[in-house]
Amino acid sequence: MRIVTEQSQSYSFTRRALMLGGAQAAVGLMLAGRMTWLAVAENERYRLASENNRVNMTLVPPRRGWIVDRHGAPIANNRTDFRVDLIPDRLVDVDKVLAELSQLLALPPEQIERIKTDLKHARGLQPVQVMENLDWERFAAVSVRLPEMPGVAPTRGFARNYPAGAAVAHLTGYVGAASATQYQKTKDPLFVTPGFKLGKDGLEKALETTLRGDAGAKRVEVTARGKLVRELETKIDTPGRTVRLTIDAGLQEYAARRLGTNSGSAVVIDCDSGDILAMVSMPAYDPNSFSDGISHMEWKMLSDDDHVPLMNKTLQGLYPPGSTVKPMNALALLHAGVDPQARVNCSGAMRVGTGVFHCHKRGGHGAIDMKNAVMQSCDIYFYEMIRRVGYDAIAPIAREVGLGQKFELPFDSQRYGTVPDSAWKLKKYKDAWTIADGLNASIGQGYVLANPFQLAVMAARIGSGRQLKPRLVMNGKVPTAPPLSATPEQLAIVRDAMFGVINQGGTGGRARLLVPGVAMAGKTGTAQVRRISMAERAGGVLKNGQLPFKMRDHALIVGFAPADKPKYAMAIVLEHNGHITASLDTPLIGRDIMTFMFDRERAMASLAEFEPTWGGDIPTRAAAQAAAFRATADAPAPVVGAATETKATQPTAAPAVEAATDAANASAEALAHDAATGNGVAQVTGSPEPQ
Amino acid sequence: MNNGLSFVPAPLAQLPWKIILLVTAIGAFGLIVLYSAAGGSIRPWALNQGIRFVVLMFGAIALSRVRESVLGKVALPIYGVLVVSLILVELLGAVRGGSQRWLDLGVIRLQPSEFMKPFIVLACAKFYDMLPPNETRRIGAIWPAALLIGIPAGLVMLQPDLGTALMICAGGVTVVFLAGVPLRLFIGGALALSAAIPLAINFALHDYQRNRILIFMNPESDPLGTGYHISQSKIAIGSGGIFGKGFLNGSQSHLDYLPEGHTDFALATMMEEWGLVGGVLTIIAFFCIIFWGINVALNATTRFGRLTAAGLSATIFFYVAINMSMVMGLAPVVGIPLPFISFGSSAQLTVLLCLGILMSIDRQNRQTSRW
Repeated sequence: MRIVTEQSQSYSFTRRALMLGGAQAAVGLMLAGRMTWLAVAENERYRLASENNRVNMTLVPPRRGWIVDRHGAPIANNRTDFRVDLIPDRLVDVDKVLAELSQLLALPPEQIERIKTDLKHARGLQPVQVMENLDWERFAAVSVRLPEMPGVAPTRGFARNYPAGAAVAHLTGYVGAASATQYQKTKDPLFVTPGFKLGKDGLEKALETTLRGDAGAKRVEVTARGKLVRELETKIDTPGRTVRLTIDAGLQEYAARRLGTNSGSAVVIDCDSGDILAMVSMPAYDPNSFSDGISHMEWKMLSDDDHVPLMNKTLQGLYPPGSTVKPMNALALLHAGVDPQARVNCSGAMRVGTGVFHCHKRGGHGAIDMKNAVMQSCDIYFYEMIRRVGYDAIAPIAREVGLGQKFELPFDSQRYGTVPDSAWKLKKYKDAWTIADGLNASIGQGYVLANPFQLAVMAARIGSGRQLKPRLVMNGKVPTAPPLSATPEQLAIVRDAMFGVINQGGTGGRARLLVPGVAMAGKTGTAQVRRISMAERAGGVLKNGQLPFKMRDHALIVGFAPADKPKYAMAIVLEHNGHITASLDTPLIGRDIMTFMFDRERAMASLAEFEPTWGGDIPTRAAAQAAAFRATADAPAPVVGAATETKATQPTAAPAVEAATDAANASAEALAHDAATGNGVAQVTGSPEPQ
Repeated sequence: MNNGLSFVPAPLAQLPWKIILLVTAIGAFGLIVLYSAAGGSIRPWALNQGIRFVVLMFGAIALSRVRESVLGKVALPIYGVLVVSLILVELLGAVRGGSQRWLDLGVIRLQPSEFMKPFIVLACAKFYDMLPPNETRRIGAIWPAALLIGIPAGLVMLQPDLGTALMICAGGVTVVFLAGVPLRLFIGGALALSAAIPLAINFALHDYQRNRILIFMNPESDPLGTGYHISQSKIAIGSGGIFGKGFLNGSQSHLDYLPEGHTDFALATMMEEWGLVGGVLTIIAFFCIIFWGINVALNATTRFGRLTAAGLSATIFFYVAINMSMVMGLAPVVGIPLPFISFGSSAQLTVLLCLGILMSIDRQNRQTSRW
């Protein structure tokens, strides 16, 4: 044990005190170092964090870009929208304010529940929607009572507006509040900002990035408890860009109205540029009410409707094109070397193997050449000629004019149908091509399926003689399309035959234009959707009017005008039309729509004559239908859905549409298969053409 | 006698003016910070704090007139009274239910644990002063000191006040170290302590204390709960940069993002507006006081004076170091204020008590050296 003296103790103290002082100095240096690290190295990060604390941003949804037609007329624009929101942090007495609001705005109880739920999840200054699309009176009623209701924020915003309503529904699609999944995916705070809508379907969806624009922001300085200190500068929103379409808004609306009560499509294409002038699928929902959110009742009505208003039939509806393919067949036959003067004797029926194939004309056409076969829509001529050259010689031309082809269009889903040939059948059904397959295909039945848009392209390509690329969005100059493989002489023969169909006593005589000096060339068609049994044929084929809607024939027409120098081409497909009412049948509708291109007044006069007989214009009929549906369904009063409500009811990726489209097309395909592989009594005919 | 101005009365001239002015400067700066923390108002904090500072400063000067030998005599009795008070506080707490730190004497509310911070130093110093020098290296030099420290620290832990308990331990242990207890005992003790910490965290601490330590390890795990303090404090300091946002311009404190911006986190309030410059100057000022205290200890003539002076300057050091570490996210939030800058009477009282005793020892040194 060391001896410890006073002196050694004092020495040890000095040493240890200095040691302690040194350690303390080291700690002091470390503290200064930490300060420097925070204040210098991490200054940027913490300054941002401090700004984030201080400044609260409320996003202002950007004004959506307009969609305009080729002349600049609005197809989709924005209208002033009066809305009322709640700012959670400024609310003092939630129940009192909600009670007051529900009285002022006549809020139904389920909306109050919805607002309460939204408030529970809301934080800070993020507004919660109470109601949008208010009329001025109710908006003013809330505005004057503001002092009694802290936390209520009446706002003037913008809402999407489609002046033509249902007429453009399947073109533009509609907008709606972002779904919960969309927000989860992007985490973009704009998606949960009341009043923000994004494209849910059609062009609104496909052109979303162009149309959306950049959000503005209201910036305010707030305390940690959310109390507003002062307003900082506001960033103005950048509106989305305007998109100019090739559509002619006047024509689009006219065509939509002219289709009347049909479930059908009409497409008009410019033969010089490939510009799509009209693309109509009717009936359709009203995109205005869809964009506000629709009620369960409205949604149920639309999805139950056998006229499938939720489906864009121009691109998603597949139909057997029927006799409308005969001009194309003629072109292919000429290309395969068939002499247009060569005649086939039509006796009204033709036996192939064990099956009997009928012409639509029971007695037959007698000896008939190519032009007359097209004009009279003789089935036997095409059965026979295509049996000779083989359908594999027809299919390439069918594809060249657009059948079975997918086009570059700003739409999510297109169904492009089938142009069958032996290789296709072998691949799909592991089965050899039969003569019967070829015969069915030669009259646009059997495996052949096309959408109305393709038929319009077919008409435009035959009319122009060039492989036009259809376009919907105006974007600079159009390159000249390469010519078809057919020679000008061959094309002239086919066009002349199509001219004959309408103007020289052919089957489409009623489609003759109302404009003096302008002639349309075209081809009508009827596509059967059911098999006609031997028994039925013996007892007399049932009239379409006697059949349920789903059993009736499709009616089609393709055409272009002027016949001598084609400028406009069109295709009209009317589902289950059955040729029952003349004013609602293809020839007259085709006539009027094409007349509109040359003489709008005359076309409007024709519409004015017919429209009252169908129960009025589109909104009138839609209102009547809704009233009838409500009466039968005994549904409760419709609820104007708001954000949360519509999330449940709005067809987001339109599963119902998909289902409806699938069902429609599956039945078409099933029929095709059934007819084509039928047991020798497969009898597919072009039904009697309207004279 | 001294080279000061001759017309100044001797007692005044004898005062350690440099240190008084330095402390007053820090105190005045603290008032400016509190003025800003109140949103540019002397109420409710700056005025109270200022008056108390002046009163306590006079108290400290008065204390400096007390002889060191008197301090030595009263060290252990006062220590004893404080331990009894701590027990009383604990009993009262048990009777009333819930934790209690105050002893209400009717006129004033006394917080004995606060007085314990300087008096544990005095008690330990007195103990080693009485211990014969050749006993220092025996076990008899350790266990009484361990009891002296352990009893009040344990009682304060029961309150529960982790920060003060730590300060008491640190002050006492510093004196034990300076008294010349063999280093191996120290190192052994340190090892035992580091082994005990995880156990203490798991068993001895209250939930909220354990939580604070766990949050300290990973503050981002709970940015809106307990970690909120540390995150917001770092944002305030970091966003201040080198020169700060300017007087009265601190958004973190003025918009209430920084909790406790006038008490434990006053340093963050200050640094948001005064920047790194303000922070470093504050550190320098405090270390001037601490090193002056060590200097006083080195010059002290008695063993009691030496140990007391060094121990008390260590106490001041612990205040500053623990508070700053905690505010800058280097230590768990344990509730130790920054003397003179944070609003509150306890730290002000304790530190000025330390200063008064230091000045008394300093005065003794100069007198003995003069004779």
